[in-house]
Amino acid sequence: MTDVLQMLSGALASGAVRVVDLTHTLTEDFPTIVVPPEFAPSAPVRIERISRYDAAGPAWYWNNLSFGEHTGTHFDAPAHWFTGRDQPRGTVDTLPPEHMIAPVCVIDCSAESARDDDFLLTRAALDAWENAHGRIPAGAWVLMRTDWSQRKGAAFANLRADGAHTPGPDAEAIHWLVHERGILGFGTETIGTDAGQCDHFDPPFPAHHYLHGAGRYGLQCLTNLHLLPPKGALVMAAPLKVHAGSGSPLRVLALVPEQGEKP
Amino acid sequence: MATPMGYDGVVLAVPVTVPYTRYSPESAQWWLGRALAGLAAGAGVPHPAFDGLSVASFSMAPDSAIGLTQHFGLSPRFVDFVPLGGVAGMVAVRRAARAVQAGDADMVACIAADTNAPQSFRQSLENFSRFSQDAVYPYGAGGPNVSFALIAQAYMEASGLSRAHCGKIAVAQRDNALKNPHALMKKPLSLDDYLGSRPIAPPIHLFDCVLPCAGAEAFLILREETARAQGLPFVRLTAAIERHNAFPADPVMLRGGWARDIDTLWSMAGIGPDAIDLVQTYDDYPFISAMQFEDLGLCPKGGLAEFIAGHDFTVTGSLPHNTSGGQLSSGQAGCAGGHLGIVEAIRQLTGAAGPRQVAGARRALVSGFGMINFDRGLGSGAMVLEAA
Amino acid sequence: MTPRRPRKNPLRRTRQPLLPPAACSRKAHLLTAAAAEGRFALPRCGACGAYAWPMPEACPNCLSIDITAADAPSGAVLMSETRAEVPADPYFRERAPWRVGLVQMDAGPMALVHLHPAPVPRDRLRLTLMLDRAGQAVLYAGPENGGDMTIDRQWQEMVADPRGRRVLITDARHVAALPLAHKLAAAGAAEIFMGLPEDWKPLENRAEFAAVPGLRFVALDLSSDRSVEDLARAIGGKVEILINTADHPRPGGLSAPAAATHARMAMEVVAFGLMRLARVFGPVLAGRGADGDENAPGAVAWVNVLSVFARATAPEMAGYCAAHAAALSVSHSLRAQLAGGGVRLMTVLTAPTEDAWFQLAPQPKVTGKALAGAVVDGLMRGLEEVVAGDVARDLLARLADNPKAVERDLSQGKL
Repeated sequence: MTDVLQMLSGALASGAVRVVDLTHTLTEDFPTIVVPPEFAPSAPVRIERISRYDAAGPAWYWNNLSFGEHTGTHFDAPAHWFTGRDQPRGTVDTLPPEHMIAPVCVIDCSAESARDDDFLLTRAALDAWENAHGRIPAGAWVLMRTDWSQRKGAAFANLRADGAHTPGPDAEAIHWLVHERGILGFGTETIGTDAGQCDHFDPPFPAHHYLHGAGRYGLQCLTNLHLLPPKGALVMAAPLKVHAGSGSPLRVLALVPEQGEKP
Repeated sequence: MATPMGYDGVVLAVPVTVPYTRYSPESAQWWLGRALAGLAAGAGVPHPAFDGLSVASFSMAPDSAIGLTQHFGLSPRFVDFVPLGGVAGMVAVRRAARAVQAGDADMVACIAADTNAPQSFRQSLENFSRFSQDAVYPYGAGGPNVSFALIAQAYMEASGLSRAHCGKIAVAQRDNALKNPHALMKKPLSLDDYLGSRPIAPPIHLFDCVLPCAGAEAFLILREETARAQGLPFVRLTAAIERHNAFPADPVMLRGGWARDIDTLWSMAGIGPDAIDLVQTYDDYPFISAMQFEDLGLCPKGGLAEFIAGHDFTVTGSLPHNTSGGQLSSGQAGCAGGHLGIVEAIRQLTGAAGPRQVAGARRALVSGFGMINFDRGLGSGAMVLEAA
Repeated sequence: MTPRRPRKNPLRRTRQPLLPPAACSRKAHLLTAAAAEGRFALPRCGACGAYAWPMPEACPNCLSIDITAADAPSGAVLMSETRAEVPADPYFRERAPWRVGLVQMDAGPMALVHLHPAPVPRDRLRLTLMLDRAGQAVLYAGPENGGDMTIDRQWQEMVADPRGRRVLITDARHVAALPLAHKLAAAGAAEIFMGLPEDWKPLENRAEFAAVPGLRFVALDLSSDRSVEDLARAIGGKVEILINTADHPRPGGLSAPAAATHARMAMEVVAFGLMRLARVFGPVLAGRGADGDENAPGAVAWVNVLSVFARATAPEMAGYCAAHAAALSVSHSLRAQLAGGGVRLMTVLTAPTEDAWFQLAPQPKVTGKALAGAVVDGLMRGLEEVVAGDVARDLLARLADNPKAVERDLSQGKL
């Protein structure tokens, strides 16, 4: 099996396999999930200087970093949702490391999402994708490409008086992915694996409900999904090993074969 | 009020002026030491022979008078500290006079000295009084000019005193100062110069103001027999008054404390104002001298305009006034300004005034005024001196 | 659109702040307290009733030591006046000529006063007790029948008139932010920078803000070092009045489900946020206390809008009260820092406001408009301590009278 790793090294060195960063820079003003104010909100990302070659530390630069577990490009562990509370290894510190590298299928919903902020990924769309690209393998990440990551600030959060308006999967689609295809997890470019208006769905927050209820994962606020092929790439998503953590900001990398290459 | 006992047998002698300088790097103690040396030289005795010490100064902190005894090698049996500005001379003389009269001391060295650095005028203003600190300085009225301007405006309106009248007083003093080698002001002053000078705080203009400087004034107070034994020329103290915060109910200061004690002064002296040969008023501003003319009985209340017009105040005039040039032309050496007139009167009455000698001077009226604590000068005093 | 301020001559050195004499007897600070609140008070003897001036340690009339700063008639007669053309004090020298008067107060004593240009001797006057640039309580005399004080540059030295000044309001989401913008624009503010935290969240009345002449939004999140520092870098040197409206009101006692999170956020915004602002805006404002001229006046005031619960704790808003108490403390430190530049720090303690977060608070609550009015009035009068709303006034009066009773009342939910 060492041949596989040697081949990978060679492919990385030759450019036959590229590494694509699917992560937003962790900044203070990146929008976070908004919950009704009577609930406790997540702390925002804060980067506070300790010193920068100055009187507070003449030769060194460092910061204090604070954030909620669900800020920036981040990972949702099963324990994040009530349906996943009894899952073994349901928190980021107990997560099986072998789940941190997995194949990925990318469903391109960018055209639909450009037309409709509230676009929903349906079972029909998944069928169409499988017709074009083959069956979604068990244990794969499914990432919903919307190009939402190219929006900034208010357009990205897209909050209106009735809440956020962002694309996501409908309940049937996510249920099917989890239970009929056995995916590892579902990822989006928006704040949350669910659509902005998901509170009206049955069940509310279906992606959270079904993914975590089945011990699967979520990734959100991803970027650069347009650089991934529909199928054939690998995703490396290793959240911080936070004690009993429900998720964490993380660096998400994809290994992508150059077009025409088969790894 | 009881009529005070006379000052029989009390005399003043040895007038000393340590020549003034605009600024001095030396301390007040240095100036006090020079004055003490001048007294010893003038009296022809070693300075430890002075068994009384009276000191007036604003700038000798952190010392008080008692520290100076060790500093200067004195062992006095009378010590007094009178940091009372323009009224310090009057207060010093009255206390020392009673001390020598009663035998509590034989020879009291009365010294007033202050030094002056470019910053010290402002610094001393900032620490002058609690009431000024709380209710004068925050109004941009640090220093006496603004406070006196407010008094002057009301007084000039009430008394009919004009700027030209004030000018006549200032011009005559400059004339006198030109005959005094110690005076800092060396250039003649015309009435036009005076009237055309720049406003400081109207109606106060530049030549209404004294020039702060460093310097010292001193004299001895002793009994006549002691002076005679030493062979010292002397003058007799025949009357003296002092009064502080005399008219607290007056809204604006239109009169000084002299007005309250004037009858005592003249009855003690046994003469009237007409018998006076020369006058030394406290001249921090010419209008304050004018106020003294009224309050000391030299001119009737309301008759200032006529009085000033009718007199020549130079040393050869009908009423020689501030014959040294006064503070307006000699300079104001802090507390020494209150002793200046006394020293000058001793010189005049002992025939030691040189080119500015008033011919045949026998009787002098000297007055003091000081301490504008808030809205008015609090202290006033006056004395009559007679040639031996 | 309000005309923009003329641009500063880049070749001229910024005039450094000087202050009038600041020495003051301890006792005279009884008057400072009155001036800070805009009350006219004079030293008065509790034993004989006589008024005194300046502040004495014992009544000159009866020697009682029962001296307080008591409400007093504010009329006076001008006895004489002058202009200090060459004051010895550097602050006044720079601003000469300076008009002062000697007045006889209706209350009895004489006083030296800062004098409006109009009155002449024997005129009747109306006295105001004000704070000068050094924070000293001083008497100002204007015409008895009112008249426009704002024309007097001496008056202007003691107040914080928004006219011609650029104002930063730190949080547009505060209920008083929009009315403040309206009132400041009406008062002639040259520009209004309106801070908007988390500008990715909608601002409902954005259009109304945008219609205010001279207003522009700036991104500002007081819980972020970077945000505060970046704004200071961009406009720090252009702010002459800073009004801090940032707040995080959330109900909840110590054991409320989200108590810790909300307390922390309240602290981040209200207390640490103020410290962040103070750290970068404080020195710039203090340094520009004497900048500019009559057309483009320099920095003059910093306003902290705080809850009256900074002084008395409502246990059902435990974290909120603690944050405001902390901010009030920070405010005092900031006042000391700004004092060097003669820049006034005004604390506005407000009663619960008329908005969603104080929905359950009993009436009368303070409307945004009323609170804005109190802020602008305080600026126009140069106050240091402003209380907005009857509930706040009542609470503070009760607190002064009987603090334990207030504690018990509030613990039972009685405001």
